[in-house]
Amino acid sequence: MSGQEAICMVEAINLALHHAMRNDNDVIVLGEDVGTNGGVFRATVGLKENFGIKRVMDTPLAENMIAGLSIGMAAQGLKPIAEIQFMGFIFPAMEHIVCHAARLRNRTRGRLSCPLVIRAPYGGGIHAPEHHSESTEAIFAQIPGLRVVIPSSPQRAYGLLLSAIQNPDPVIFLEPKRIYRSQNQIVEDNGHTLPLDTCFTLREGNDISLISWGSMIKETLEAASLLAEEGIQCEVIDVATMNPLDRETILASVGKTGRCVIIQEAPLNCSVGSEIASILACEALLDLRAPIARVGGYDTVMPYFRLENQYMPQTDQIIDAAKRTMEFD
Amino acid sequence: MNISYEGSISFTQFINEQSEVVNPLPEWALVDKVLVHYYQQMVIARQFDNKAIALQRTGQLGTYASSAGCEAIDIVIASLMHKEDVLVPYYRNHAMQMVRGMKLSEILLYWGGDERGNSSPAQREDFPNCVPIATQCLHACGIASAIKIRNQQRATVSILGDGATSKGDFMEALNVAGVWQLPVVFIINNNQWAISVPRALQSIAPTLAQKALAAGIRGEQVDGNDVVALHQSVEQALQRAREGKGPTLIEAVSYRLSDHTTADDATRYRHPDALKMGWDKEPIKRLRNYLHGQGWWHESDETQWLQHSSALIQDAVDQYLDTPPQPVSSMFDYLYAELPLQLKKQREAAISRSEKEASS
Repeated sequence: MSGQEAICMVEAINLALHHAMRNDNDVIVLGEDVGTNGGVFRATVGLKENFGIKRVMDTPLAENMIAGLSIGMAAQGLKPIAEIQFMGFIFPAMEHIVCHAARLRNRTRGRLSCPLVIRAPYGGGIHAPEHHSESTEAIFAQIPGLRVVIPSSPQRAYGLLLSAIQNPDPVIFLEPKRIYRSQNQIVEDNGHTLPLDTCFTLREGNDISLISWGSMIKETLEAASLLAEEGIQCEVIDVATMNPLDRETILASVGKTGRCVIIQEAPLNCSVGSEIASILACEALLDLRAPIARVGGYDTVMPYFRLENQYMPQTDQIIDAAKRTMEFD
Repeated sequence: MNISYEGSISFTQFINEQSEVVNPLPEWALVDKVLVHYYQQMVIARQFDNKAIALQRTGQLGTYASSAGCEAIDIVIASLMHKEDVLVPYYRNHAMQMVRGMKLSEILLYWGGDERGNSSPAQREDFPNCVPIATQCLHACGIASAIKIRNQQRATVSILGDGATSKGDFMEALNVAGVWQLPVVFIINNNQWAISVPRALQSIAPTLAQKALAAGIRGEQVDGNDVVALHQSVEQALQRAREGKGPTLIEAVSYRLSDHTTADDATRYRHPDALKMGWDKEPIKRLRNYLHGQGWWHESDETQWLQHSSALIQDAVDQYLDTPPQPVSSMFDYLYAELPLQLKKQREAAISRSEKEASS
């Protein structure tokens, strides 16, 4: 299939998984319900049928076990892609991710390594049960030895996931499930990868930089279009890789515009946005013509879904923040 | 009422704590060769342990976990493993690492605070020491899964303490090893203590081996101070694993003759009588008395071997103490296959800081 039909993000992820498994026998998929059921979001549909149960494994229900097992497999030279069904359930696996996956290469001075991908859908906006809607990417972004990647479109999901699979180190690949099916794009199944250390500039503009990632890219792009109608030209940056953070692209953009809004779904406190603001404060203070503005989740527990929309940052908040920033003298 | 399931746990012992043969010995144990070899290795391990503790006490080694009391377990298992089998140890398995081919100086390097003690070429695909309790059991299952996926005839061995059996990782590992019939052997070094917490406070289960039954896999108990019992159980378990016949849990009953680590003081919680009972059962004296009785080991052999192992260990200590620390850049050099830009900058900064400190 050449992929000429426009597909959504979850289909692009499925396409990338098929591509990787077809081209490398060491790639295996494991997780809860990833085999016969094809994953609760259908990201792994067809893999078991195409590659067999030896390479597509329905595991017992234990996230900690999935992570621990993946580390052993990866150290043997397999390239496991583990699915944690929802990011809210990744916490039992933290010990393995933080204490082992992230450290194996370092603590063995490169004798062993851990080429593993942990995929997890994350974020709010789909009226899900408790523990199914949080955005905790910052917890992972702080861990040395990990890479943390968040796609924001079908094409980038395809290219970034292929890169993550090929990368010789552990990658936490967080999928913004609110936009799993909200946008369709033509995705060529050509195996082209995208870099894991580079922000994507989705829209160029000279007036203000809007810096965001994941599902908030949707509202950020909407805000940029509406602001353009009022004559404000926004540069939209998709951070895409939370660790390592591409400081250069961000600094260059803010160096050009002198103004910026950082937009995220996660709570603001100690977040990836905090780090970006800190980098700008330390390294671009004299470029800034207005204080850095931030739009994000409250520092609260993610509310259960009746109040979810009150929590999720909205397009008009981004517009307001951008206008305030533009008006600052 | 019908009974849905009934199970039992066997206990294997051939040579008891009085060095008496209590069950007919297998053929290999009727001659001196293997038994003498086990004895010699155990003596090196014990002497090494004494030396390591002395180094720590004199500020020449970091916190060190003594292996006193688990020499039989470590030496027998590691001796029966094939080179291409994979060892997934915890942090008390220096004797296994020695038998697997690690230099004693490399083992000291690890406890001396240097990651190169995890990167001996002799470790091949073996995992490094595992510090977070019981997590290694799942790594072993992952390795065993890879072996099974690739249809290889290799076994994975994971070793853990009695405290580790209280953790979810252990039960999760037994469970997945069972349901996927993985080529893995779990060995519990039940040395009766998890720092200060005695075995009786870990679990009310009469044996730890019976936890295997809940996972539907083979479980058995052996006398962990009896090299013959260990040899018989472990060899069979390894064989089963390599032949694709599934996992085994072996609870080796031993006794921790030391403090938990050099940072611990067991007199705070352990009665001297309990320790004395541990020494009465210990593996080295037990085998020495047996070998003496058989006429396979004499006082002159003992003197000679102690001299030999002292020299060996002193060489290792010298080599360890002569090893210069890694350059500061090593903090960065193994973090990622390809170092991200920001870390390259930090690496440069660390190097200049280090050079500045060296020149001042």
